[in-house]
Parts: sequence; C-alpha cells; structure tokens
Amino acid sequence: MEYVKAFVVGGLICVVGQVLIDFTKLTPARILVGYVVSGVLLTALGVYEPLVNFAGAGATVPLSGFGYTLAKGVERAVREDGLLGVLTGGLTATAAGISAAMVFGYLAALISRSSDKSK
Amino acid sequence: MAKRIGTDTVICETEPQILSAAAIVGKKEGEGPLQEHFDVIHEDTTLCEKSWEKAESRMQSEALSRALDKAMLAPADVQYVFAGDLLNQCIGSAFGLRSTNIPFLGQYGACSTMAQTLAMASLFVEGGIARTAAAVTSSHFCSAERQFRFPLEYGGVRTPTSQWTVTGSGAAVIGHGEDESCPRVCAVTVGRMIDLGVKDANNMGAAMAPAASTTIAAFLNDTGTRPEDYDLILTGDLGYTGSRLLIELLRRENIDIHKNHADCGLLIFDREKQDVKAGGSGCGCAGSVFCSYVMHRLRKKELRNILFVATGAMMSTTSSQQGESIPGIAHLLNIRS
Amino acid sequence: MKPTPGEYSKMTGKASPPSSFVKDMILAFVCGGAVCTVGQLLCGLYQNAGMSQTAARSTVSVSLIGIVAILTAFNVYDDFAKFAGAGSLVPITGFANAMVSPAIEFKTEGHVMGIGAKMFSIAGPVILYGTFASAVYGLIIWIFRLF
Repeated sequence: MEYVKAFVVGGLICVVGQVLIDFTKLTPARILVGYVVSGVLLTALGVYEPLVNFAGAGATVPLSGFGYTLAKGVERAVREDGLLGVLTGGLTATAAGISAAMVFGYLAALISRSSDKSK
Repeated sequence: MAKRIGTDTVICETEPQILSAAAIVGKKEGEGPLQEHFDVIHEDTTLCEKSWEKAESRMQSEALSRALDKAMLAPADVQYVFAGDLLNQCIGSAFGLRSTNIPFLGQYGACSTMAQTLAMASLFVEGGIARTAAAVTSSHFCSAERQFRFPLEYGGVRTPTSQWTVTGSGAAVIGHGEDESCPRVCAVTVGRMIDLGVKDANNMGAAMAPAASTTIAAFLNDTGTRPEDYDLILTGDLGYTGSRLLIELLRRENIDIHKNHADCGLLIFDREKQDVKAGGSGCGCAGSVFCSYVMHRLRKKELRNILFVATGAMMSTTSSQQGESIPGIAHLLNIRS
Repeated sequence: MKPTPGEYSKMTGKASPPSSFVKDMILAFVCGGAVCTVGQLLCGLYQNAGMSQTAARSTVSVSLIGIVAILTAFNVYDDFAKFAGAGSLVPITGFANAMVSPAIEFKTEGHVMGIGAKMFSIAGPVILYGTFASAVYGLIIWIFRLF
C-alpha cells in the first residue's frame, strides 16, 4: 500500500511540472527553483509534512521534498542553536544530497564525455 | 557593373558564376532525404577532434577545400573568403580557415549566413574587387546546443515548435569561368531586420518569417516580377511553423507562393521519422542544402530561375535572458542557370 | 498589410503544432510515480537495515543521485528524460542530472572554469533559492520564539 501511495502522490506532483512545461514558457531551471521554494513554503505552512507522512518517498523524492528537508532542518537547528541555526539548518540537512551531486558529478566528468544526440 | 533598382535590390550585370560548391554533413543529415547529394557524410560527428567547436571548424575547412578542388583552384587563387557560423565571435570560421591564408572577412547573419556570404562574394566579384571569392558557413548540433541551450547530456524537453540545428557546412566559390553550366547570381536583395515581438527562442521560425516575407515582397516589387516567374522560392530554415506563417504573411499582401515554396529546414530532414520537431535550422542548414541538392538541380537545369532566401534570428542567450524579442533577417539571391 | 505584434502572436499560435499534452501528462505521471516508488522501496530496505527514517531518506537521495550520475555518464539519462518529461525533471533525478551533465559537457573548458563553474549553471539557483527560503523561514521561527 505504501508503494501505491508513493506512486500516485509522486506521479501527481510530476504532472504539475508537466503542466508548467506544456502551458507556460518556464525554463527547467525556473521550474526546479519553484519546486524547492514551494517545498519550503508548504512545510512552513504545515501542509507538506502531512503529505510526507502519507506518501513517504512520493513526497520526499520530488524536488519539493528537498525544500521540505531544508525547512525541517532549519526548524531543528533554530530550536537547538538559536540564531546560528537560521544559517546552518538548511544546508546541514541537505548536505548529503548536495555533496553527492557534486562528488558524483565530478567523477562522472572525469570518466565521460558528451555524445552527439543526432542519432 | 552592379545596378540598383527599386528600394532594396542590386542587379548583377556581369552575372558572377557559382563555379563550384561542396557540402559536408553529419550522420543524422546523411540519413535524411538529401543523402545522395552531400559530398561527405561524417558518421562520427566529432571528426576525431577533442571538442565540438574544433569539429565544426574542421567541417568548414573540409567544405572549402572540396569546393576549391572541384573548381580546380588553389587557396592562393581566391582573393577573399566570407565566412560565418553561430558560435560566439564566429570561432567556427576563424579557426577553420586560419590556415588557408586567404584574406578573410568574418560574417555574422545567424542562420542567414549562407545567403549573406554568397551575396558578399558575388558583389565583390561583380564590382571587380575580386576575381574569385568564396562563401563558407557551418553549424554543428553539439556546439550550438552547448552554447544556446543545455549540455548534451541534460534531459531537457523540446517543444514542438523548436528546430534541430543541422550539423553541416556549405562552401561555394564565385567567379567568372568558362563553364556555361555554372549557375549565375543575377540579383541580390539585402534584408532589413524585422521584429514582430516574438520572444520564444524555441520558435525561431515564427521570429524569422516576417523578415522573409518582407525581403521577398521587396524583391518582387523592385523587379516587377511575380512568384510564378520562379521555379523555386527556397527559404533557409523557417521550418514547419515559419513556413506556414510566411505563406500566410505574403497572402495578406496578395502574393501567393505556396505552389513553388520550399524550405531547407523541411527538405533536409524527414520530420515524420527523424524527431526534429519543426525541422532543421542553423547556418549549416541552408548552407549544406544549397551547396548540394540545389546546386545539383541548377546544374542539371532542372531548376533555371530560383530565389534563395536564407533567414536568420538575430538573438543571443544574453538578449533572451534580458527579455528582448528576436529580430529576424532574410537575404535574397536570384540565381539562374 | 503588415500584422501588428499582437495579431502576429495570434497567427503564430495558430501555425504552431500543438504539444501532445495528454500523452505528456500520462508519461510524467507514470515515470515520476515509478521514480518515487523506487525511492520508497530503497527507503524500506535502508530502514530494515537499521537506519533511522531521516538517515534512510538522505541515503535514498544519495542513491538516486548516484544512479543518475552513472546513467548520465553513460550518455543514456537524456533518453529517459526525453520520454518521461517532468517525470524525470521534478524528482531529485532532475536536480542530479542538472549538476552532472554540465560537468561532463564543459570538461573541455578545464577543471576549474569548465567543470567547477559550469556544474552550478542550472542547479546553482536551486541551491541558492532553497537555502535562502529556508533562512527566511528560520529567521521567522527564531523571532517567534523570542516571545
């Protein structure tokens, strides 16, 4: 059952993105920024956490989940460290993902080169 | 000597000849409908170079040396080469031709560059400034993608109006020769920049169509001719969307070209089979189609009197990010055989 | 008669081929859903192996980013993305591809200004605005806690 929930909620979050691609002139970078900021905002408003509890990875894997992690991180850090937590919370909670993308990205660049897509 | 008529058109009275032309393309273009017409089809589009820009430069030097070979000329016989491409500061042309030692004039006309360089070379020969001049252009899908859009491995989504940059290069040599079968450049109309407010860089056909219609209308008006007088009105790379708009725009001025209009961007690929969305684009699109298929048909006299109208979208990633609309341009050559 | 920019915009809309949005939506739903299901599956595995829920979720992100890095390096991720549309863009996979692909592409411009700088050309804004939004949120919580 948890897989079905993850599938449906995750799928629907992606459909919203497809609507933005097909019906607006938003570039991919803008859409990604929109998702992350919305994730932070919805978590702040207390809307996103219930969705995460309901759908699990269906809500955490989309980029809005990245925003959720940032917001939860900052909540905890402010609770524990006060004002300093405002600056440390977000990146600390998302450090694994960002570092992974940088490290794997660099390794990928070392071993690979781009290929012609005119096939 | 050249003679101006009407508002925008120059008649070339000595009728400079296109002595030879050559087209080099990549794999995808080589799988398209014009396959048999290209001089060289590179299955490996890196051309064994370390970067896509170097590959593009190499295509230009190959295209020019092939064209010169066909005309049995050496680089030293050419007084000027006019060349351009889409890369920043036209490095495709500069680095491709730096070892030729021919006096070089870099040109930028976006995708209209083939018509622009042909026009310049013809006018230089017409005016007696050069005995022989060459016109070269190129574009490469990969170098254009990484400059204008996204990294090649990026999973972007293409919109249906977007066009596919042709990997190809065209080169032509202009002069006065003995061979009567060489096509002749009889008139040139240099286009004006027209901007009807299109901002979508994924719909360049729409941005360029008004310029093409303005140039074609100006030429017909200046010469007092009608579309029926020509076997073919060939636009550069308007693609599906731009071609439809061009026909519609000219119809509003009571000019009907739908019977003899064709577009290089639609000729070079099979849109049904090759997933190129609205069709081909890039300097190499008009360049490689003109220097192969069109030249062959002119030489065989299947085409006797054509208008070649290459179109360009004068934008950059910077102007797009600053929210500017896209000015279009189109240059026309009347070529007879 | 030349059309005005307004009229021309209408003509352009009419002449442009439509996007096949029903098909796009279905593919985005199915592929995006599938990526999330894989995430859920991995999350379950990691928790069974003894990880806390928070650690498992971070490890899921790392795993998906790793898979995307491999697929991008082998020049196949863009094929999946072309097919899946937003189904590949919206999940963390889209973010990973946005960092890995420019790193590979701009290797020719060197390790520092090529790979190093261009890696953040698409994903940088995501990190900036995400972090900025979280800092604003943190500041608001902090101010509220004073009273």
